[in-house]
Amino acid sequence: MFELRKDIFADERDDNLKEIGQPTQRQDMLGHVTGTSTYYDDHRIAGLLHLKVLRSPHAHARIRSIDDAAAARAPGVKRIIRAADVPVNLNTLLSLIQFGKDDEPSLANDIVRYKGEPILGIVATSERAAIEALGLVRVSYDQLPAVFDVEEALKPGAPSVNATYPKNTFEYHGKYDHQKLRYGDVEAGFAQADVVLEERYQMSPIEHAPVETNGSIAVPDTNGRFVVYTSTQALFFSLDTAAKINAVPSNQLHFIGGTVGGGFGGKVDTMTEPLVILAARLTGAPVRYRFSRHEEMQFGAPRGAERIYVKDGVMRDGRIVARKVRAYFDSGAYTRLSSYAVVKCVAHIPGPYTIPNAHADVYCVFTNRTPATAMRGFGVTALDFALECQMDKLAVAIGMDPIEFRILNAYRDGDMKAHRREAKNCALIECAQVAAEKANWPLREQFRRMSSRIGGGADRTAAGVDRSRAPTPAAPARTAAAAPQRVAYERPAPPAPTPPPARGAPPPPPSPPAGSTHGAPRFSSVFGTRRR
Amino acid sequence: MKTPVQFRLNGEDVAAFAESGANLLDVLREVVGDLSVKGGCWQGSCGACTVLIDGAPRLSCLTLAESIAGRSIETAAGLRRGAELHPLQIAFMERFAAQCGYCTSGMLMAAKALLDRNPSPTREDVVEALGGNICRCTGYEPIIQAVLDAASGDRRRRA
Ligand code: FES
Ligand code: FES
Repeated sequence: MFELRKDIFADERDDNLKEIGQPTQRQDMLGHVTGTSTYYDDHRIAGLLHLKVLRSPHAHARIRSIDDAAAARAPGVKRIIRAADVPVNLNTLLSLIQFGKDDEPSLANDIVRYKGEPILGIVATSERAAIEALGLVRVSYDQLPAVFDVEEALKPGAPSVNATYPKNTFEYHGKYDHQKLRYGDVEAGFAQADVVLEERYQMSPIEHAPVETNGSIAVPDTNGRFVVYTSTQALFFSLDTAAKINAVPSNQLHFIGGTVGGGFGGKVDTMTEPLVILAARLTGAPVRYRFSRHEEMQFGAPRGAERIYVKDGVMRDGRIVARKVRAYFDSGAYTRLSSYAVVKCVAHIPGPYTIPNAHADVYCVFTNRTPATAMRGFGVTALDFALECQMDKLAVAIGMDPIEFRILNAYRDGDMKAHRREAKNCALIECAQVAAEKANWPLREQFRRMSSRIGGGADRTAAGVDRSRAPTPAAPARTAAAAPQRVAYERPAPPAPTPPPARGAPPPPPSPPAGSTHGAPRFSSVFGTRRR
Repeated sequence: MKTPVQFRLNGEDVAAFAESGANLLDVLREVVGDLSVKGGCWQGSCGACTVLIDGAPRLSCLTLAESIAGRSIETAAGLRRGAELHPLQIAFMERFAAQCGYCTSGMLMAAKALLDRNPSPTREDVVEALGGNICRCTGYEPIIQAVLDAASGDRRRRA
């Protein structure tokens, strides 16, 4: 139940909350429990045809020839759709916001780059007729070497997966093969640290597995328009993508979405609409393209695999003084949304902690695997998995309570983040305190007293500021009175008492790395420009 | 080849022509027009298509349409009596036991089959009865609680 802690958030909200804190019924709930909510497939359409696609059995192969003559003559078959029928047969999803180059065909032309890539479509009077006709298509392939591991894909001599990005890395700002974060001097941080810990984390691809599979129905309307019922999570995005691939003005397409039978990010990729519209245009009839469960599980885009190396330097008094991250996002054979996931990932490094020296290199890598897409916090989720595992390991390594360790390092209002933005409205300390309280996890008094509002700012250090080292021009003036909150921590059984070092070197002034115009100071969006 | 099939659907007599080899799921949705029945896998693994055949929960995607001649089918569309919701429907609403709603019809029918034969199930009974139904949204707990609520008739237990 909702509980507003006025002791912590005294001036956050009015007290006369009318909706927050009260359960509110979903507007679609009555439809759900009576079986009357309308999903895309809940339209009975006379004369409906069915589209199924032939998929590559190989992870990487050159198509030598396709013989669809027998399929074309099979009972119920109305039309075969080949790569040459697709008006604009190269697209990338984020081209709608000018991010990335067109790299993915709707139907493979000459080379298939992942197992399950669509090659050809068959429109027939029933799903069964379409599936049976698919079995009559003869394709001959020359298999090509394939690569399935992100780090293997970056080695010299690795097979080149994606013709648009022959080096197997997405290209940022037209020239960079990865996204960087540089803040402070991470090597100096490691040199200063009492303990340095480096670990490797790997997240598997995860299939969203919505109970309703991806699908859509295109119905020819009057005036050359098409009504499209779709399971999409991204209605206008899908509309514009389908318009681009079909080379029709978007006002010829009338998309109707609404109730989605589970998405979780797996229904943003416009996987069915462009071809189903094309099928309706080529046949003049309404057509449905519905993924089978097998297609959904095997070829529907999953959450991408991510490999993350984290190296941290930590002091025995609990302060993290350096964090270095090297990560690889497995985009699969084409871009979809992993390029953007990398941007989100770098924006999240070093996690919600004040670390004076942070360094990251994150790559969006192409492999011969199913293209990956959005899923519930993608870009951040796997990184947090890695960072929070790492936080626990670091706490153990220095013999500190893991929650107190997080409280000590958490962002506070006024801290300078690694992206040179000041932290505001921080609440991790309070969240950790409440979580500990609810779990009956004992925190020592000084950690229960700590607050996101006290002690933040670049000049807060463990033992006063070493002002001989370059001060931060951007740092707001702070009173020294705020400092003791952060310095009170001492180990229960102190080891060889080294003098507590300063809380890291103050960050350098916010200037971009020499020779680079990209990234650092205005980091935020996929455009590399500041939002808000 | 089409075969005429007669059966009862939610208490009404229905006659339909089924394509030979067609499954009950397709016939209910595409021939009869009962769209409350959902397909999620068409291969017997998700439970979304669960209907009651003579009171027993069955996967309509794996049921040959021709085999149901003369039998009585219940689907989610027939759960409520006029404007009055079934206690399971009320409990599902109050417990927020549906999010996307796609599994809900099948869950309701599997739960109804349980309550019809065992009006006071234990939590284990409920878990067992819903074991063939996949939900990717709710995490199951609200659904289990809703079925227990409906069984006990205590809709206020949540406080
Ligand atoms: S559609 Fe019948 S079990 Fe999934
Ligand atoms: S509510 Fe979405 S699958 Fe159950």
